[in-house]
Amino acid sequence: MPSWPVNQWYVAAYSQDIKDELFGRTVCGEPLVFYRTSDGEVVALADRCVHRRYPLSRSQLVDDQVVCGYHGFTYDKTGRCVAVPGQTRIPRSARVPAWPVLEQDSLVWVWIGDPELADTSRVPRAPWLDSTAYTTVRGMEPLKARYDLLVDNLLDLSHETYLHGGYIGTPEVAETPITTEVDEDAQVVYVSRHMDDAECPPFYAKSTGIEGRITRWQDIEYHPPCLYLLHSRVAPVGTPDPVEGQPDDGAFHVEVAYAITPETEHSTHDFWMVARDFALGDREVSDFLAENNRTVVLQDVDALDVLEVVVEGEKDNYQELSINIDTGGLAARRILKQQREAGAAVTAEA
Amino acid sequence: MSARSAPATAEQHTLVRADLPPPRRMLSGDHVYRVVWKLATDVLVGYCWCGESHESEDPIELWEWLLDHPDTHGSDGDGSA
Repeated sequence: MPSWPVNQWYVAAYSQDIKDELFGRTVCGEPLVFYRTSDGEVVALADRCVHRRYPLSRSQLVDDQVVCGYHGFTYDKTGRCVAVPGQTRIPRSARVPAWPVLEQDSLVWVWIGDPELADTSRVPRAPWLDSTAYTTVRGMEPLKARYDLLVDNLLDLSHETYLHGGYIGTPEVAETPITTEVDEDAQVVYVSRHMDDAECPPFYAKSTGIEGRITRWQDIEYHPPCLYLLHSRVAPVGTPDPVEGQPDDGAFHVEVAYAITPETEHSTHDFWMVARDFALGDREVSDFLAENNRTVVLQDVDALDVLEVVVEGEKDNYQELSINIDTGGLAARRILKQQREAGAAVTAEA
Repeated sequence: MSARSAPATAEQHTLVRADLPPPRRMLSGDHVYRVVWKLATDVLVGYCWCGESHESEDPIELWEWLLDHPDTHGSDGDGSA
């Protein structure tokens, strides 16, 4: 059984990454090739020619068909082979698997599992990533660590105080108690940390222009296995709390999102996005947030790459200790375990 | 929707106690577990969606309790430990 859940949707790329050219990416151990057809449709095929296993991502895209760069086997967007070199008969088994894809909220999702079970209504939403009411910066960093180390990292933001001091961490983050909620049916983990009177870290001070102390809310909404949303609300101390159904004009809102996509058992695609509802289109603010968030992500990458080596080295006698700050992370692990077991059961039935 | 017994009312989840954070629920599903941090202590208070609650200083023990008391579901739990 792989360490990630199968029969799940994962983010494979940003919409802007998939153009009318071949794009190779391994998702959950599956080498895939993506491209966009002349109609704008995103296609995902197995990235191996059926003939001699040559990567199709190193091939040519001609009239929405992939022509293998080794011997010219040609595939349509469904993965069916439509031409082979030197003969007219195309072997019946000449086909590469096509993978269900959904493009939504500026993200390209791929279904890893039985294609018959792919249900697009289960893909969690993040509409601000594709909304004119927000300006978004984004990136992706390769992580040489298993995906669940990143889940652990993101579910407990008290590490900001120590790993990200001077950027997004201040003493209050680690000192403020959290509230954790788990919706069993929807499979969502929610971790809420509301700081009433906190130092404003440079990330927010420079981007918002706030001087002085702030009310800082961090509300994590994790949709296992892949999508992590951090609803961040920052306002000068004394700003009234938001009232449901009314605009929260006194506050600045930053929607941070991560897509946590396993590449292999020991590597992960770490997609990060920062959407804001202020300074819309301001290039200077965008550059500042992009550079700072990338620095923060790279601080995590550096730590988790080291941790991967440690965890792998101690896998036969691994021991850890959990405390109150880990309540949300433990809940996430439990749901991921449920999803892994459910995916394995379906695979076994097939 | 789960086939399990009827969910607790919101009131069962949101009893106001002076030593707990404000009872503001974030998730609105019928089967939501909630863990709050007792103010100025190291104690966690966990609420099952059925209204039963339990206190612990160990999140692992607390999650085990929350998940392992299905026999009490549907009873007239008053939300206290």
